[in-house]
Amino acid sequence: MAHFTKATSVHDWLNQRLGIDTVRRVMATEYWIPKNINFLWAMGMVLAITFALLLVSGIFLLMYYQPNVNTAFDSVNYTIMREVDFGWLWRHVHGVAASVVFLVIYIHMFTGIYYGSYKKGRELIWISGMLLFVTFSAEAFSGYMLPWGQMSYWAGMVITNLFSLGGLHADGLVEWIRGDYVPAQAFLNRFFMLHVLLLPLAIMGVIGLHFGALRIPHVNNQDGEELDFEAEAAKYKAGDKKHSKVIAFANDFMSKDMFVVGIFLIFFFYLVFFHYDFAMDPVNFDPADGLKTPAHIYPEWYFLWSYEILRPFSTNVGLMAFGFAQVIFFLLPFLDRSPNAVPASRRGLFFIWFWAMLIDMIVLTSMGKVPPIEPYGSIGFYAALTFIGLWIALPIITMLEKKA
Amino acid sequence: MKELFILAVVTVFTLVTYYLVEPFAHSVMHKHVESEHFAYADLPALTKTGDAARGKDLVMGAGACSGCHSISVAGMPAPMDAVTSAQSYGVNPPDLSNVGVVYDAKFLAALIKNPAHALKVEHKYTPESGKVHPMASFAGAGGDIDQEIADMVAYLQSIAVKQDKLTPKMAFETACGRCHAMKYENWTQIGEKPAFKMKKDELAFDIQVIDYQDALTKYMGKLPPDLSMYIRSRGEHYISTFVENPQHLLEGTAMPRVGVTAASADKVIEHLADAGDTKRFEREEVGKKVMIFIVIFALFSYLWKRSIWKDLH
Repeated sequence: MAHFTKATSVHDWLNQRLGIDTVRRVMATEYWIPKNINFLWAMGMVLAITFALLLVSGIFLLMYYQPNVNTAFDSVNYTIMREVDFGWLWRHVHGVAASVVFLVIYIHMFTGIYYGSYKKGRELIWISGMLLFVTFSAEAFSGYMLPWGQMSYWAGMVITNLFSLGGLHADGLVEWIRGDYVPAQAFLNRFFMLHVLLLPLAIMGVIGLHFGALRIPHVNNQDGEELDFEAEAAKYKAGDKKHSKVIAFANDFMSKDMFVVGIFLIFFFYLVFFHYDFAMDPVNFDPADGLKTPAHIYPEWYFLWSYEILRPFSTNVGLMAFGFAQVIFFLLPFLDRSPNAVPASRRGLFFIWFWAMLIDMIVLTSMGKVPPIEPYGSIGFYAALTFIGLWIALPIITMLEKKA
Repeated sequence: MKELFILAVVTVFTLVTYYLVEPFAHSVMHKHVESEHFAYADLPALTKTGDAARGKDLVMGAGACSGCHSISVAGMPAPMDAVTSAQSYGVNPPDLSNVGVVYDAKFLAALIKNPAHALKVEHKYTPESGKVHPMASFAGAGGDIDQEIADMVAYLQSIAVKQDKLTPKMAFETACGRCHAMKYENWTQIGEKPAFKMKKDELAFDIQVIDYQDALTKYMGKLPPDLSMYIRSRGEHYISTFVENPQHLLEGTAMPRVGVTAASADKVIEHLADAGDTKRFEREEVGKKVMIFIVIFALFSYLWKRSIWKDLH
């Protein structure tokens, strides 16, 4: 058993029991981050802050929301929006943050792809990050069901229908997921449970994994330079902060993070107060009506690219393409056959691949929202083919890549 | 300034995506209808100057307006209660007290002369349908019909409240409230739902509402929607252009052209905002303060960063 002495201070008392000095050293003052980074490296902190905003606003909303098909819509639009003091604020923060968090996730992902931060020991960072993307997607979708508006109901209908798996006609599976033949009370209740308990728990667990996966390989840097972290840390600790290539997580990295967070929050709160409509679809302000299909059913913007990979094909082919799109990003560290973990600008064909992928996903996103009339139907079809083609080309072009 | 360049790239791609997903996609999905500023250009202008005193006789005369309509400011009660009226006509005929201020004069005149035409619901009352509009066309009282109609309009305008006394709620109730409920403002098609002491009184009221709605559903083909959240689900521009001429946005709809003046349309929209966007003023106020706070936060975080990084560079 450990030996405890009479504490000389509260700090000492805690330190003997929790080792807070060690925790502080390991997690903050001697957690080394490369110095050569830009603001894109702060997206992790921006995401953590946005997740905190979602969690806190969600807790307040949870105190008034009623998961019942007869009262859900009014508990949101009347009770929370009209009766509860600042209920409107919590709702708009929650709705806007749910949309903006995906913007930041996409920036975070494309930063990782551009700088090759998924290779050489960083594979698990990428894979756990993709797991977070999937759990956030499920969280966003389940949350979208809760106001029980027209888009909640019909998006719930369309997405759960995917599980009939086209030609396999697995209608029993769809009914099992819904707990009914159509989205109804059982459906709303279980999506409520997923949204407020199971998925947030999963997200918090995977965030832990994501952070853990980061620890041993360390954060990448702007030039893909392989750093000797121990040597650089020794330089830093000896007082030569200027020439050391690493900085401490706190307060060095943290101070830059918080500045980026500050700029981000200006943008975020501008949206919350003055431009929230993009995140709260007007159609969802009509109460759910199973007898009235909206003229246009589309998912929120962050799902549009994968929706557009599903849509232009026949049912079975579309589902396969959709399934492909859902898993293929997980495989990126293994499909990229090049040993170079450097910025895309120094990787020849991969540089073109990166921008082609980004632009293709924006094209898919935009075509996923408009009705599939010409020329949009064809543009979406070719963009979906391009998406699949780019992934097939990736191993080939990266194998041809010269050692940088 | 490599960071600023990167920021510019991120911003441009974000804005392009936003443009494509929002303004562009909505322009493809939704027909854009320009406001005609409630001019009702298809209706003939009033050529005669009306005389309110003569108009009063015509409006109050036997077999004229008051046979069906109440005029509460003139002490004229409704011949039937709202439910019986709806069961007889399909919808309860409006009280005429404030129609002179809520509706456009040209529209009122056209309505008196030929209701189905002014309301743009002639597609419902084709000769083949065998149906006629429940409001009878005014065939004239023996004199110059245009003069008589001008007199009636003048009378209705003379008894209505002044424009500045017309509240958003009054405008809504006169123009929309006999077909549309507004749950969040406690409004039913037969009026505001009172607070009841006894459950059975409340149930009796609810049954009246249901009876009214059943008659209305038969008349319109579908129960007109509750308008509580329309300010958020449709937005100001859609509502305004839809009210001006429903056929432009929803061809063949049973909803009549309402015929409100531009000023009354604004009042109606204000009432919709009072129901579905009650916290809009608070939002503006709080928004400004939060923006100031967050800018100061960003400034301090910048100063913190600078003080720490001066040792690192």
